[in-house]
Amino acid sequence: MTASAPLAAPGPTPGAADSPPDSPLDPRPGSGRLRRLGPAVGLLPFLVYVTIFLIIPTVTVAVGAFQSEDGGFSTEKVAALFDETPMRALRESLILSATSAAIGAVLGALLAYLIVTAPATSVLRRVVTSVCGVLAQFGGVTLAFAWMATLGFGGLLTGLLADVFGVGDTGTGWLYDLPGLILVYTYFQIPLMVIVFLPALEGVRPQWREAAVNLGATTRQYWTKVAFPLLRPAFLGSALLLFANAFAAYATAAALVSQGSPITPLLIRAALTSEIVLGQANFAYALALEMVVVVAVVMGLYAWLLRRTSRWLQ
Amino acid sequence: MSAPGAGAGAVAWRISRVLLLLAFAGFFLLPLVALLDFSTKVPSTGDRTAQPWRDLLADEQMSSAITTSLLLAGLTVVGMVLLLVPTMVWVRLRVPRANRLVEFLCLLPLTIPALVIVVGIKNVYAWVDYLIGDSALTLTFVYVVLVLPYAYRSLDAALSGLDTTTLSEAARSLGAGWGTVIVRVIVPNIWSGVLSAAFISVALVLGEYTISSLLHYDTLPVAIVMLSKSDAPMSMAAALGSLIFAALLLLVLGALDRRRRPTGR
Amino acid sequence: MTIRPHDLDPDADRGAGGLAVELTGLRRHYGDVHALAGLDLHLDPGELVVLLGSSGCGKTTALRIVAGLERQDAGTVRVGGRDLSHVPANKRDMGMVFQAYSLFPHLTVLDNVAFGLKLRGQSRAQRRQRAGDVLDLVGLGEQKARYANQLSGGQQQRVALARALAIEPSVLLLDEPLSALDAKVRVQLREEIRRVQVEVGTTTLFVTHDQEEALAVADRVGVMNEGRLEQIATPAQLYAAPATPFVGEFVGLSNRLPATVEGGHAHVLGTRVPVLPGSASGSGLALVRPESVQLTLDEQGSARVATVAFLGPLSRVTATLPDGTDVVAQVRSADAVELTAGQRVRLQVSPAPVLVVGA
Ligand SMILES: Nc1ncnc2c1ncn2[C@@H]1O[C@H](COP(=O)(O)OP(=O)(O)OP(=O)(O)O)[C@@H](O)[C@H]1O
Ligand SMILES: [Mg+2]
Repeated sequence: MTASAPLAAPGPTPGAADSPPDSPLDPRPGSGRLRRLGPAVGLLPFLVYVTIFLIIPTVTVAVGAFQSEDGGFSTEKVAALFDETPMRALRESLILSATSAAIGAVLGALLAYLIVTAPATSVLRRVVTSVCGVLAQFGGVTLAFAWMATLGFGGLLTGLLADVFGVGDTGTGWLYDLPGLILVYTYFQIPLMVIVFLPALEGVRPQWREAAVNLGATTRQYWTKVAFPLLRPAFLGSALLLFANAFAAYATAAALVSQGSPITPLLIRAALTSEIVLGQANFAYALALEMVVVVAVVMGLYAWLLRRTSRWLQ
Repeated sequence: MSAPGAGAGAVAWRISRVLLLLAFAGFFLLPLVALLDFSTKVPSTGDRTAQPWRDLLADEQMSSAITTSLLLAGLTVVGMVLLLVPTMVWVRLRVPRANRLVEFLCLLPLTIPALVIVVGIKNVYAWVDYLIGDSALTLTFVYVVLVLPYAYRSLDAALSGLDTTTLSEAARSLGAGWGTVIVRVIVPNIWSGVLSAAFISVALVLGEYTISSLLHYDTLPVAIVMLSKSDAPMSMAAALGSLIFAALLLLVLGALDRRRRPTGR
Repeated sequence: MTIRPHDLDPDADRGAGGLAVELTGLRRHYGDVHALAGLDLHLDPGELVVLLGSSGCGKTTALRIVAGLERQDAGTVRVGGRDLSHVPANKRDMGMVFQAYSLFPHLTVLDNVAFGLKLRGQSRAQRRQRAGDVLDLVGLGEQKARYANQLSGGQQQRVALARALAIEPSVLLLDEPLSALDAKVRVQLREEIRRVQVEVGTTTLFVTHDQEEALAVADRVGVMNEGRLEQIATPAQLYAAPATPFVGEFVGLSNRLPATVEGGHAHVLGTRVPVLPGSASGSGLALVRPESVQLTLDEQGSARVATVAFLGPLSRVTATLPDGTDVVAQVRSADAVELTAGQRVRLQVSPAPVLVVGA
């Protein structure tokens, strides 16, 4: 309360920090109950909205995962997560997310560095950042189609690859498998990395390099002793965001893979569209819970890592 | 930044820089070129044709899907601004101790993917349908949640460059009410943050497939996927068209931002 | 020319006084801007020379060329007789203090200071010992474990100074190290920099555009203008005997008073004063400092008081001559109390040599 007291009324109001006099400027509504809550009431619309459209669905998922069909408590669905099919989907999902995040993070950081070393006003920089904005966020279906047009049946490169490697030109089957998914995911992971990592790179001051060189550092020493340690938290954080992004991604995979459910998000699609999956009704709840848990664990890991390695950020 | 004394190294770096940039450009352009190629080719003969693009413009279902997606994008931006801007400004001005809570809630959708929300939102949407009616536009409600993390970051960056407390004290001492403070004083100063939040929201909504497809609403991406089952070249044309359209739209938004900047400071 | 105390640092075996620095004919252009147009400068061993000049005159460029962070188009940099023109920056062994924000944010204060020592392969124990000593020297022995973002601006610059000194550089380079600080800290820290520099005895090149700062810390001040050195002299000489009109105007506030010159003397405000070499002859304008203008209350005086500004113990009085020329005089505040605007006063010039420039 007291922190916002200076705003309560213009002019000096000594000793009135907690109960500023009513004035025409005073925004608080008339009801006594609300009055005690004070300005916090202003947050109500936001809190209500987020509760309805974010918290309730999440709670529904969590509760649903532990509910049997007759509504009682049951760990049956969660236990079924450890069956072979969901486990394999999870493993593939983790491999897909980790690989595409790693590749995307490294290449994205490289691209970001290439952009940063161009002048701030250059056309190159403006073009690359806006293109990355579109590709990273718009993504999904379009990208899946673009890669189908490239490597799918009758695609631009399909024939070429068939000639070079001697495989049949009935289309590159791997595009619809894990390697293909990794390739297509990388296509939107790199732009996302550019967007989230660019500010960190821009924050690296030229003075740091000059100071290091001045103190006797070679270019290599500058990178290993100054630039990398400095950028590590931002890099890890960005890579983690990429991981979560890939793990949660649905559209690209859904558009690319129309049959079968090699990864968890597609297994959720199967659970949502058909009543019974793996002998479980409403199995989607358990799978969704699994997704939240995985992402939350990774986020927690990151926070822990950050605290351990980068005390200077606090 | 150029380090002196490394003549040969500098040249080598400049060359590899150009080569790397070309490699990236190739990787990103290739699928788009392939889209263009596929959408202008007669599959059986390999001849060039503009037929899929012409069909696309004439297709009823497509244009209604485009309208839906555009309306959704607009409504989401409006909803996001109405929900987030007053809340964030209010937190800064009057309830700073709620800052962590609001930040946490806004960034939460990064941990709770759209797919999870879809799974759990059935009950909520049963009520929405009951109260408002069953329309694709009701997707706006979830979309606002989806864009929260990105919008929050843009707005937060803009707000932290601004001394909101002093600005509002100045305005209020001149007799402005809180509404006036927010709308006439704060918002014009964080305009570029609002625009970039809108920018990301538009891109995200125009491409959103997860929720709309699983809730069975015909947005643009859903329509494209359906089309691919009947007419592949036309769906490719639609995919490329939507990407170009989104890029142009964002370009216009970006230009708006840049035009405002010199005077907006 | 300058007498300095012996090196107090017990483990410094370089010998007191550091190395001589010789810059000859340094040129550097950016596009068609000539940042340096033939700069010559000599620093004696252990000397602190300040480069003073208006914004954009090439001070930073000169310093960065000495450090090797920038390449010269022509000219040489010699330290201790050795030509460094082709030695890369990381082999030059110079300590540099930047304007601001140069501390590595991911390292503690101690690790920042030890950074250069680590690169020189010193053992951990040696590094900590040396870094601790230098931090004590700049008065930050207690803050070793902090990070840059936990320090005030003044403290950060002290750490930067300690970091530059820790490697026992042959030359210390300071590029406006105080300009990001507030006035009080600035004065405090510049005295400290001077103390430490005298104590360690490193040859130092200090760049600033603040003339008060320059006069306060320097053994000698070099005034730069458009990429060249206009004059280099001790602060006292520079102040009392500017060699060119530019220096006269740039160093300290000057009145420009009508004067006629004949036979090595000038007539200014009815007073006969000697002129400095390089002065114009015939009629011109004499550059007279406010403290050389004497002001006395006089009913018959031809000037009138216009404004009185109190600046602590001294006051600055502006008086207007009959022809409309404003003359600024420096007066003890005790005397200035009696002055009010509109009063008639008599103005005289103290008989110190003045520089006269063409009108
Ligand atoms: N990297 C550069 N590119 C182009 N021009 C430059 C560059 N560095 C300096 N200049 C120009 O060279 C001239 C001298 O610059 P310098 O930085 O040496 O000035 P300075 O005396 O340090 O000024 P200040 O007191 O403002 O720091 C200026 O006109 C500046 O615009
Ligand atoms: Mg400078």
